[in-house]
Amino acid sequence: MEGTTVLGRLTWQPADATRVVVETPRAKTIAFDVPGWAGHRAGQHLDVRLTADDGYQAERSYSIASAPDGIRVELTVVRIADGEVSPYLTDDLQPGDQIELRGPVGGYFVWEPPLGGPLLLIAGGSGVAPLMAMIRLRAAAGSDVDTRLLLSSRGWDDIIYREELERLGGNGLTVVHTLTISQPPGWAGYARRVDAEMLAEVGPGPAERPLVYICGPTPFVEAAAQALVGLGHRPEAIKTERFGPTGS
Amino acid sequence: MDELMLDGNAVAGMLSEVFAVEMTTATMTCGNCGTSGAVGAMHVFRGAGIVMRCPNCDNTVAKIVEDGTRIWLNFGGMQALQITR
Amino acid sequence: MSPIISRGFRGRREGAPPGRVPPGQYVTRDFPVLSAGPTPHTPVERWDFTISGEVDEPRRWTWDEFRALPSEEVTVDIHCVTKWSKLDTVWQGVRVDTLLEGVETSAGYTVAFSDGGYTTNVPLEDLTGGKAWVAFSYDGEPLQAVHGGPARMLVPHLYFWKSAKWVRGLRLTAVDEPGFWETNGYHDYGDPWREQRYWGD
Repeated sequence: MEGTTVLGRLTWQPADATRVVVETPRAKTIAFDVPGWAGHRAGQHLDVRLTADDGYQAERSYSIASAPDGIRVELTVVRIADGEVSPYLTDDLQPGDQIELRGPVGGYFVWEPPLGGPLLLIAGGSGVAPLMAMIRLRAAAGSDVDTRLLLSSRGWDDIIYREELERLGGNGLTVVHTLTISQPPGWAGYARRVDAEMLAEVGPGPAERPLVYICGPTPFVEAAAQALVGLGHRPEAIKTERFGPTGS
Repeated sequence: MDELMLDGNAVAGMLSEVFAVEMTTATMTCGNCGTSGAVGAMHVFRGAGIVMRCPNCDNTVAKIVEDGTRIWLNFGGMQALQITR
Repeated sequence: MSPIISRGFRGRREGAPPGRVPPGQYVTRDFPVLSAGPTPHTPVERWDFTISGEVDEPRRWTWDEFRALPSEEVTVDIHCVTKWSKLDTVWQGVRVDTLLEGVETSAGYTVAFSDGGYTTNVPLEDLTGGKAWVAFSYDGEPLQAVHGGPARMLVPHLYFWKSAKWVRGLRLTAVDEPGFWETNGYHDYGDPWREQRYWGD
């Protein structure tokens, strides 16, 4: 039964940006060192707070994309054109800059190897981040549990972690892409929004009792969850994390 | 379905500042329809403050308001909140 | 512990003429959507607006009756307690004064109530004298459901949580009855110019 006790109450703490990696034209992964970080579980998130020099503040939540690794945490940020926080994180933040964060939080949307599988991971856009933490943890733990990632992206160049997912594929991990807006020449894969037929093909079916994790914009999560229940999956086995209307 | 809706994960951080235990895995029982479910699965809306609603009947099970130094919690819509130690 | 400043962070803020914006507010050109619950979608055929409570007799208007009342276009600034302000917003609505014409009451207070169960309390004198409307149009278009349509309260001199979205009526009360947020931390009156956001402010 999941439910890890957080030791004491959490509060805002400083984090130092150490590295910025371009993932796609709109997404970057930012690595932070967080002094005193006690570790985290795959699927958890943290809250980021930015304060301007006149006291103005903005807060957003971001899933932790990295597997536990000492005091280091990685966040993958998709730049929302008229956003308040994401343009700062993707355009302005440099290694050496500081932000504040609070976390890790979330005991509901977590996976670790003792929970077993098979795993059905369904991601819309930046919703892949917490699922990637699970996949990275799985790889680090040497697990070969049947894991299927269905990743919905706008186009080939928008697929976050594309090359790493190719490398990690095999050993029980299957990655299936659907490209909803544009497809490269010769694309033979899915080219539409996630639906029941796609989910039935990607599987596993309800009889295998998979653990399901769905993350992304709210409409995406709702559609996928309802489709799975319609296919016969038990609602209790479906964990969701909704990012809101645009996924920001 | 409301595209603005979030789930209980969205308030995990705020609740972690108040409670010493992880709240998204706590189980709440709705005072209106009696359905039980994880706090992480609650429907969350951001108005002037945070509103948590039962995913089964939309009843307001919790309201959360905070300023810089105070937090106001109303769990009046819950029949019970079960926390595993 | 004072918060850490993030170098170069500004957020998305607009400038404003001095004195135009209440203390602690920032100007936005967006129209953020905040909601205490799922968006209701009440068809106008089923919509009505009622005035009830401490009145000689209750009043009720169907949508067509409501829309036949005199209405006016107003341009006002609005101020959300979550710190954003939006200047020069244009609405079309029926003055609450018009709805209260001929209503006899000794009540000093009101509770606005909405589809979805939201309530908010406003003193009667803060809804009269041309200070408040039931608005059905924003920026020249019918009020969208996410912004409170078909009709919402518009009470711009108070924080915008007092302008109930999806409003279905006013209940006039002899005593102040704190509403959805006022019972849980938000200020009973809510004057942005005195920064009355929370209890005790």
